[in-house]
Amino acid sequence: MSVAAFISIAILTLAGALAAACLRKLIHAALCLVVAFLGLATFYFFLGAEFVGLVQVFVYVGAVAVLIVFTILLTRREDEDAAGFNWGGVIVAVAVFAGLAWTIMKTPSLSVVAPVIEPLTVKRIGEVLMTNYVWPLQCVGLLLTAALIGALVLVMEEKR
Amino acid sequence: MTGERVDQIFVVAKHWLLSFLNGAPEWLQPIVSSLINISAVLGVFMALFALISVLERKILGRIQNRYGPNRVGPFGLFQPIADGIKLLIKEDIVPARADKVVHFLAPIMMAVPAILALGVIPYGRNMTAFSIDGGILFFFAVGSATELAVFMAGWGSNNKFSMLGAMRAIAQMVSYELPLIITVLPVVMIVGSLSADAIVQAQAGYSHGFAPRWFVFTPWGAAAFLLFFVSGLVESNRTPFDVPEGESEIVAGHMTEYSGFKYAIFFLAEYFGMFAVSGLAVTLFLGGWHAPLPVLEIIPSYVWFFAKLATLLFVFIWIRGTLPRMRVDHVMNFAWKFMMPMAFTCILAAAVWHYQAHGLGGWLWSLGILLVVYLALSRFLRADKNLSARTYRFAE
Amino acid sequence: MTPTLQLCLIISAALFSIGLLAALGRRHAIFILIGIELMLAAANLNFIAFWRFGPEPQNPTGVMVAIFSIAIAAAEAAVGLALVIAVYRHYRTTNVRRFNQLKG
Repeated sequence: MSVAAFISIAILTLAGALAAACLRKLIHAALCLVVAFLGLATFYFFLGAEFVGLVQVFVYVGAVAVLIVFTILLTRREDEDAAGFNWGGVIVAVAVFAGLAWTIMKTPSLSVVAPVIEPLTVKRIGEVLMTNYVWPLQCVGLLLTAALIGALVLVMEEKR
Repeated sequence: MTGERVDQIFVVAKHWLLSFLNGAPEWLQPIVSSLINISAVLGVFMALFALISVLERKILGRIQNRYGPNRVGPFGLFQPIADGIKLLIKEDIVPARADKVVHFLAPIMMAVPAILALGVIPYGRNMTAFSIDGGILFFFAVGSATELAVFMAGWGSNNKFSMLGAMRAIAQMVSYELPLIITVLPVVMIVGSLSADAIVQAQAGYSHGFAPRWFVFTPWGAAAFLLFFVSGLVESNRTPFDVPEGESEIVAGHMTEYSGFKYAIFFLAEYFGMFAVSGLAVTLFLGGWHAPLPVLEIIPSYVWFFAKLATLLFVFIWIRGTLPRMRVDHVMNFAWKFMMPMAFTCILAAAVWHYQAHGLGGWLWSLGILLVVYLALSRFLRADKNLSARTYRFAE
Repeated sequence: MTPTLQLCLIISAALFSIGLLAALGRRHAIFILIGIELMLAAANLNFIAFWRFGPEPQNPTGVMVAIFSIAIAAAEAAVGLALVIAVYRHYRTTNVRRFNQLKG
């Protein structure tokens, strides 16, 4: 993994994210969000977590982006795209970035290079998921079921 | 061993091409290697696309008792070239009120996942273009981007028919993606790997010396294959599930406002999607590139893969020529009320089969489970029991 | 030359701030959800980076946490968007400035 490739993907991801945060039209923002998520998945590939990258594409591009797009369609009002910024929020965001960046730059122990590891196979992830993480897995299953039912109840049309 | 050599001819050819790079820098090797793979996959499937597009019209013609295209070249075989030229020189119309960028990007977004998905399928012994550990997951991850492409086409056209078609397409694709993925799970469970190569490897060999160990020859495998095939029909928007582009209701759905070459790319993406789903079905259930009988192993592996692929494609076309279009609500009901429970039952049946050590007991148990659930579902879902005899008031 | 942990953290910090920008700076409910998703994604990137550059990369703890957090983010998105639709039905707007009364 070379620095040049890393930085170009970083620029793509951050540009997508920035466009998703700042564009006027919601649909364009949602589509730029997809670009940002794809870039992030590439990062995971670069960092040796193939499985997480694939799950990222699968969940975010396949499910979350489609959900967002559907919601935009269901709540569409041409005149109310709520343009303009709350400048207080912008200042807070810039300040947070400045603080984080300053801290990261000042910490000397962070300039380490990744150690060489054998690739993390899907089989290993599955084994760990089924042994050490079996209870968290069950809890996530429960949470997803609850979220499914909750979302359905929330958007169900009330019978009159 | 001439058989071995014929079998590996493409692999050897690729190594021969790469041997020209011996003096070249280190980083060039993988790039050229992947470029060769990409051009091979693209070239083969472009040719197959051209062939299938004319064969489909020929077969449909036969089914409907007419000739089909037979003017351009021998037996009309040059028809795809004529079609290509026609589509290339047509005017590319973009609606005035369209969202131009999205309208332009939609066909590209549609074609890219279909081509990417073709990369992880093993076409023969040592012939996987992009062999990664999570191949099957990669297939579905890129495949899920198609929904967004459909949405982009519908939205970008700024046309109510396009939008309606896109909404129908997304609703139906999201619903059928679940059974599509869940029917893959039994295979992944039994093999214990997400890699397409390992799945094909697990189906090698013959029990009793002649019966191939393909997953389609087990009860859960047969059921999962049928469910997978039906979901694949929906995912590639083929009849009888082509409601998103039902031309008699909503013109052509999300493709209404596309013309010329952009339309051709949609067409291509649809066929590539069909190839990808059929290829995955062959890999998962029909033994990949393995020969059906030990005697026939002399015939190279890629021939077997493409023979199986062609058979599935023929079934696709056959179904198109036979069945009428389904109604939207019927399609959705079928997905949630029948396909989903059956897909989950397949997982259960596969687990039982596995824990009975793949023997006769497991065979009978999994068959029994599948039959019980199938009969129960067909009993509960009977729609006709509440309907009285139809009376015609205006016709007759 | 290979990238360092520092580079990963800077990218993740930038992503987080962009998410914060969307969540605090925009007035449209869906933009706020997009911002939250971006912030969660930045946190995920941090988990993966610390796992990869950390002392024990053989032990896939960071990967596990990232997988769980992706699942939870999906649930969050589903419920959040359902809330947006429900609120839109009531107020006929998605501008969070106008969601200013509790009475129905």
